[in-house]
Amino acid sequence: MSGGVDSSVAAALLAEQGHDVVGVSMQLYDQSAIDHDGSRAFGSCCSLSDLNDARRVAAAIKIPHYVVNLERQFSEKVVSNFVQEYTAGRTPLPCAHCNSDLKFATLAERARGFGAEVVATGHYARVEQDAASGRYRLRRGVDPSKDQAYFLFSLTQEQLAVASFPVGGQTKATVRDYARAHGLPVADKPDSQEICFIPDDDYASFVAARSPEPVAAGVITDQTGRVLGRHAGIHRYTVGQRKGLGLASSPTGAPLYVIALKSHEQQVVVGPKQALDRTTLTASGVNWLMDVPAGGRRVVAQIRHRHPPAPAHVRQIDRDRAEIVFDVPQVAITPGQAVVGYDDDVVVCGGWIDS
Amino acid sequence: MRVYFDYNATTPVLAEVADAVARATRDLFGNPSSVHHYGQQAKAAIDDARGAVAQLIGAEPSEIVFTSGGTEADNLAIRGLAEALEPAGRRHLVVSAIEHEAVLNTCKALARRGWRTTIVPVGPSGVVAPDDLRAALADDTALVSIMHANNEIGTIQPLPHLAAMVHEHGALFHTDAVQSAGKLPVDIRQLGVDLLAVSAHKFNGPKGVGALWVRRGTRLLPVLTGGKHERNRRAGTENVAGIVGMGVAAAAVRRSLADDTARVTALRDRLEAGILARVPGTTVNGATDCRVANTTNISFDRIEAESLLIALDLEGIAVSTGSACSSGALEPSHVLKAMGFPVHRTQNSLRFSLGHFSTTAEVDRVLDALPPLVDKLRSLTRRPGAALGAKA
Repeated sequence: MSGGVDSSVAAALLAEQGHDVVGVSMQLYDQSAIDHDGSRAFGSCCSLSDLNDARRVAAAIKIPHYVVNLERQFSEKVVSNFVQEYTAGRTPLPCAHCNSDLKFATLAERARGFGAEVVATGHYARVEQDAASGRYRLRRGVDPSKDQAYFLFSLTQEQLAVASFPVGGQTKATVRDYARAHGLPVADKPDSQEICFIPDDDYASFVAARSPEPVAAGVITDQTGRVLGRHAGIHRYTVGQRKGLGLASSPTGAPLYVIALKSHEQQVVVGPKQALDRTTLTASGVNWLMDVPAGGRRVVAQIRHRHPPAPAHVRQIDRDRAEIVFDVPQVAITPGQAVVGYDDDVVVCGGWIDS
Repeated sequence: MRVYFDYNATTPVLAEVADAVARATRDLFGNPSSVHHYGQQAKAAIDDARGAVAQLIGAEPSEIVFTSGGTEADNLAIRGLAEALEPAGRRHLVVSAIEHEAVLNTCKALARRGWRTTIVPVGPSGVVAPDDLRAALADDTALVSIMHANNEIGTIQPLPHLAAMVHEHGALFHTDAVQSAGKLPVDIRQLGVDLLAVSAHKFNGPKGVGALWVRRGTRLLPVLTGGKHERNRRAGTENVAGIVGMGVAAAAVRRSLADDTARVTALRDRLEAGILARVPGTTVNGATDCRVANTTNISFDRIEAESLLIALDLEGIAVSTGSACSSGALEPSHVLKAMGFPVHRTQNSLRFSLGHFSTTAEVDRVLDALPPLVDKLRSLTRRPGAALGAKA
C-alpha cells in the first residue's frame, strides 16, 4: 500500500470480497533525513505523508497495517542498479526492478512469513492461469491509458503464481469512483508521476551523488568522431534526447539527437534524427512467459512504457537473450529500458535492451 | 485471546485512574491559578497528586514539577540545567550510550549551543561500568544523565555508585527513571541523584503527564516560559485531569509494587525459560542479574524481528522491538548496537515486557504460538542467515 488510490482500492476490493487482508507499506529510505532539516534526500513515493495515507486507508477498511523497513534492500536492489546503469551509459527502468526484485521478492517473502498466500498490488495488469499448460500469464490491464504490464515483465512463474492485481480489470475512472463511493481518504489524490525516489525530478544530481566513482566529464562527438562539445557526465544523457545538449546545431542546421552513449570513452555521440531509426535490437535477462518456437514468433513489441506497440519478430538467441526485429524502424531504441513482446494483450517475453 | 506484552511502551490504565481522570475532567474544570472556589478545588487536587508522586519516589512534594511526560521531564532537566550552568563556564554533558532518545537527542540539540557530549559505552551486559564513567568526566562537566532502568533490555544501572562519583567530581546527576518507577522501589535519597524523570503512563496512569523531581536548591531554568506555574519551572495551565490520574496511579502502584514485582518476575521468568527451551537459537540480551522484573529481550537466530513482530501481532500477541521510525517501520536497536552486538543481532531481537494485568495464561499462549511462527519464518529464509546480514 503506497498510499495512492490504486493500491488502496486493491486492498479495499479484496477486503470486500472477504479475504483476510493485511496492509503492508514499504519504507524505502530514511524518513528522518527529510523530516528534520526539510531537505529532500529522496523523492516523493512512500514519503511520510504517503505512509500515513496508507495507514488511514487501512483503518478505514478495517485491516491491520504495517510499515516494513526495506531501506537496505531498496538501496541494494533498486537504487544501486539505477546509479550503475546511468553511469554505464544506459537508461534504467527502476520500477521494473522494484517489482521483481523487491515487491514480489523480499516483500513477498516477508508476507509469507506472516501467513499471507498472495501478494496483491495496485498495478493495472492481470494475471491468469492457462488451463492447458498450468502456466501463469501476464496480461495488460483493461485500461489502456494505465496499463502497467510492461513494468511487470520480469516476474517469474513463481512470482506470478502468488500475485494478484485487483484493479487490473478496472479503469482508472472506476477505481476513483469506487474510492469515492467507499469514502477512502485518497480518492482524489493525484497519480504519482516521475521516478518515486528522485527528488525534484533531478536524477542527474542523484546519480552523481551516489556513484561510487566520480562521474567523469567527456566529449560530445558526431558519428564520425568529430568533437562538437563537452559534457559533464554521460549519466546526464539518454538516447533520443535533443534538448540540453548545449551544442550549436549541426552544419546543415538540422537538430541533433543523442544517438549513443559510450561509457568507456565517456563519449556522447550525436546525429540527425534519422540516425535514431533502428529495426533490430538485442535484449538480455529475458523472461519467457510463453514458449517461443525455435524459429521465433510474431509479437507486438514495446521499447518503452509509453511507446506504441509495433509488430516484430522475436527469436531466442539463448535462454537469456533475444533478438527482436521490427517490421518498421523504431525511434530511439534505448539500452537499459525494457523491451516487452505481446501476443495481443498477453506478455510473451520481456528483457533488458542491450543494443 | 489477545496478549499485551508491551508494558514498556505503555500500560493499560487502571479503572480507578480512568475514573479519577473522568471525574476531574468533568468536575475540576477550574484553573488552578484562579483565586476562587473553582481554582482552589483544582489546585487542591493537584497538590494531592503531587504528594502521591513525591511519596512514590521518597521526595518532598515541593520538589515535584509536573510536565507533559517523560520526554519533557528529560528536556527540562538537561536544558534547564544547561542554561542555568552555562554562565559558570561548564559546557560538557555525559550520558550513557543506551539512553532514551529524549536524552540523546536533547544533548545533540545542545551541541548547537556549543555543548559537548561524551557518550559512555556499555558492554554486552548493558550496564555502565564506573571506570568508564570516570574516564568520561571532564573539568567542565555540568551534568551526567544516566537512566535508571533501560527500556529495551531492562538493565538497572548502579546509580548510587555512579552518582557519588559524579558528585565528587562537582557535577550534577540526572536520571531518566521512566522505566523503573512503578517497576522497582525508587528512592531518590538512596539513589543519590539530583534530578529524576518519571512518566505516568508507564505505571497504569494516563498519557501526556509526567514529572521531574528536582532536588531542593538545584538551580534550574524553565524551558517553557510564561506564567508562574510549578514554582516558575514549567509555565502553562496545568493538565489537571492528567495530573490527578498520575497521582492515583502513583498511589496504586506504590501499594501493589511488592506483590506485582514477585508475580511479574515469576511470569517473566516462566516466559523467558519457556522461550529458551522451546525455540532453538535464542539468547537473552543483556545482564539478567540486575534488571527490572517485567522485561526480557531475546535474540532469535535467523529471524528478522520485524517479521516475527508482525506475525505475532496477527496472532493477537503484542510485543515490540528496537525503536520505530516516524513511519512506524522498525530500525535497528541503538541499545543493542551500543552493547556491541553485530548488525544482525540488532535486528533479530524482540522485547517482551509484562505488567500489572499479565497472567500465566497469556505467557502460555505466547509459548504455544511462538515456536511454529519462528519455524515458519526460518524455513522461508532461503540462505540461512544470509538475508539477515548474519556475520555482517
